[in-house]
Amino acid sequence: MTTPGRMLPQPTPESAHFWEGTRLQELRLQRCRHCHEHYFPPRPFCPHCHGQDIEVVRASGKATLYSYVISQRPAPGIEAPYVLAVVELEEGPRMMTNIVDCPARPESLPLDMPLEVHFDRQSEEITLPMFRPEVKA
Amino acid sequence: MKRGAVAVVGAAESTRMGVIPDVSQLQLNADAALNAIRDAGLKPSDIDGVATAGESPVTLAQYLNITPKWIDGTGVGGCSFLMHVRHAVAAIEAGLCTTVLISHGESGKSRVAPPAGPWPPTRSSWPGQFETPYGAVSPPTMFTVPVMRYLKTYGITREQLAMVPVVQREWAQRNPRAFFRDPITVDDVLAAKTIAYPFTILMCCPQTDGGGALILTSSERAKDMLRPPVYILGAGESTESILISQMADFSSSRAFRVSGQQAFASSGISHAEVDHLMVYDAFAHLPLYGLEDLGFCQPGEAAEFIAERNTAPGGKLPVNTNGGGLSYMHSGMYGMYALQESVRQMRGIAPAQVEGARVSVCHGVGGMFSAAATIVFSNEL
Repeated sequence: MTTPGRMLPQPTPESAHFWEGTRLQELRLQRCRHCHEHYFPPRPFCPHCHGQDIEVVRASGKATLYSYVISQRPAPGIEAPYVLAVVELEEGPRMMTNIVDCPARPESLPLDMPLEVHFDRQSEEITLPMFRPEVKA
Repeated sequence: MKRGAVAVVGAAESTRMGVIPDVSQLQLNADAALNAIRDAGLKPSDIDGVATAGESPVTLAQYLNITPKWIDGTGVGGCSFLMHVRHAVAAIEAGLCTTVLISHGESGKSRVAPPAGPWPPTRSSWPGQFETPYGAVSPPTMFTVPVMRYLKTYGITREQLAMVPVVQREWAQRNPRAFFRDPITVDDVLAAKTIAYPFTILMCCPQTDGGGALILTSSERAKDMLRPPVYILGAGESTESILISQMADFSSSRAFRVSGQQAFASSGISHAEVDHLMVYDAFAHLPLYGLEDLGFCQPGEAAEFIAERNTAPGGKLPVNTNGGGLSYMHSGMYGMYALQESVRQMRGIAPAQVEGARVSVCHGVGGMFSAAATIVFSNEL
């Protein structure tokens, strides 16, 4: 579902891999080959050990809910109420996102709830990674 | 820094505070600056150091017709002015300048000639790529994101969070210049319009206009000047993350901890000696983080400390005695007004004066927990 009007990201050379990934329905992180830590946001060096031997890896897309607010005011391209959340990816890093396919009510948003990524195409270039409650098989 | 080597010798706010639709942002700044220079018994030609944020120090110095030998335009949000104090102390001690003006003006509500601000972030910046697209578009949606985690970590309720604005309104009642002065209850706070759950509008600062300025010089010179000197005993500053989502621990601010530790270490004071505390409160949760991260309360215990009225009128650690950002004023960057109240308390002239107060700690935040600075003031060496 496209939501025209959102303030969309403009990729930089250092974040191009990430936005190319989401466009291809992949959640990509970087991992340091020296200290083995995953990290986000993107940089061509490890923020933990500052080593430059890093690689781009595909994340599982699984996460848990770390914290959130439920905004009652709309934002450009986003109707109210919406859930602005920070999720903790299975690999460790956290990222900001929206929680979708879920009532925008505190009772439906217990912290630490399991989530999975849902790719939401916004334009030719940009697909945003959002998260929804994990659908158990 | 040498403990107490520099003092505040002039302090004033803009002539009017509140809703000021007929004065530009730059003029609010200059109005406060001229009031503070006059308060110090000085002339603009006595000023040789200029610091400001939200405006270029070049523009401000020119507008006031001051020739600076030292400037500081550190702009990291509301605590910039506390950082300017710390930087000015170092500059005066190093002999780079003798008499510093730190000044602020902001047409936060009326928006009369504001310069281009930090909002909106560019699309290619980290905030523009990784936060704004999801609707992180205003402080009430961003600064508040950590709080659900804080509440869960320590088992704190929304009712307890609501006590923060209730207590600060008690202080505001005693302040004729406060923007909001009517008493409120926890029920009032929770029943008010929800802006971004768990925050209602009464847990958020208002938007107002105003200005404030300080004049600093060496304590040696301060002895012979008009006002009782307010000495700077110690100071700290730090930063953490431009992205609220990347704050390492949503229950604690690293910038608060580092800044606070430096301030206490450099001043040599103990927590027991602190008579008065200002914790920049754009939102209701900030005093909780401030009390804990500065070491006045154990992690998770600030809410109870406040509920037991320790920070309220009559309490053992008065906090935000002007009413705070939540009730006194908030133009967008509030740090200068926290400094102003600390200085008033040290001079003994605050509307809600803490009897016999000798040490005031003033702590400010910048951005969304992005930066922090802490100043330790005393009226004695």
